[in-house]
Amino acid sequence: MEDLFFYSALYLSIIMFLPLYRAVSGPTILDRLVGVNAMGSKTTILLIVVGLIYGRVDMFIDIALAYALLNFIAVLAASRYFHKKKGIEDEEQSGL
Amino acid sequence: MCSMTTNWKLTSFRLTVLIVFGLWVLFSGRFDPFHLTAGFICSIIVGLMSGDLMFTASPTRDILLLWMRLAGFLPWLFYQVFRANVHVLYLAFHPRLAQRIDPHIIEFDSRLTSDYARTTFANCITLTPGTITVSVSAVGRFRVHCIDAQSAAALPGDMEARIAKVFGE
Amino acid sequence: MNELITIIWLGGLLFFTGGSIGILRFPDFYARLHPAGKLDTAGQFLALSAVALYVLQDLSLHTFLTAAKLILIVIFVYITGPTATHAIVDAGVRAVIEPWVQPERRT
Repeated sequence: MEDLFFYSALYLSIIMFLPLYRAVSGPTILDRLVGVNAMGSKTTILLIVVGLIYGRVDMFIDIALAYALLNFIAVLAASRYFHKKKGIEDEEQSGL
Repeated sequence: MCSMTTNWKLTSFRLTVLIVFGLWVLFSGRFDPFHLTAGFICSIIVGLMSGDLMFTASPTRDILLLWMRLAGFLPWLFYQVFRANVHVLYLAFHPRLAQRIDPHIIEFDSRLTSDYARTTFANCITLTPGTITVSVSAVGRFRVHCIDAQSAAALPGDMEARIAKVFGE
Repeated sequence: MNELITIIWLGGLLFFTGGSIGILRFPDFYARLHPAGKLDTAGQFLALSAVALYVLQDLSLHTFLTAAKLILIVIFVYITGPTATHAIVDAGVRAVIEPWVQPERRT
């Protein structure tokens, strides 16, 4: 069972590169937000798995809960901030 | 009338303190008198500051009945969410994705009237993969972004009827 | 018991994989929100349930508290997931970004 969780942690960290690519390459700010949100939800699970591997789930679960909260607040604040057409469209034209 | 609102405020305050204190006990995991007393004092302070935030609804007599009907509604919702999840999972692995999906925004009028019912309905639509609520107007007009025709066909349909039954409309 | 936990856990990983691949493959961010927001929520639900079952195998007060916290995370995710998704969609709508549609739908 510990082996399963260990290899799942490896697999999750590899899977996290796909949203990371989306977060780095865009094309718009909102795409980056989607990527960051998806990475955050995987990080929550990864933290709990790390806790399982070290045998300290009761401690890591608080960190995971705080991370889930932080992820939610970050996405909410950022999407409130980037709602102007100008900022998003400028980035599209510059081809990033 | 005035006494009734005062009564409701008191009930709301007590419920908030109860919930916050329960969360405190759950998160601290310690049951010695010092931690329980500190938690109780903190819960009362939080209840005083934000006791009117959590239960802003008009005082309904049968709030317990509402929660029970909501609990009866949840298994069906989870089944729907699971089915739609599998559908979106199938779409994500589909080799010819760009031809298979058909994203578009549909609009429909809902017959739900209360704020709570509309919020629950919008949240359930967003929770079901394949459909995202874009906006809800003041007269109950929903704009929903659908990923393909199959997701769009399910709206408003059964879900609205069930939520109307839960909220007694 | 271990087999059940393994199956639930692998189901969670499958949903995570689908969500990550969907984020790469869907055409624009309105469509990307469908796999990103929902499949991740489902994956978290399955994975956290598996961990809760695993923790509950040796039953004591501490493991019970841990499992309760895991369930709290699930409830929290199920309330905040749609909210975050709606916030991103709302930002796109207020910036007047047109959703990607099939070529034959364009007029």
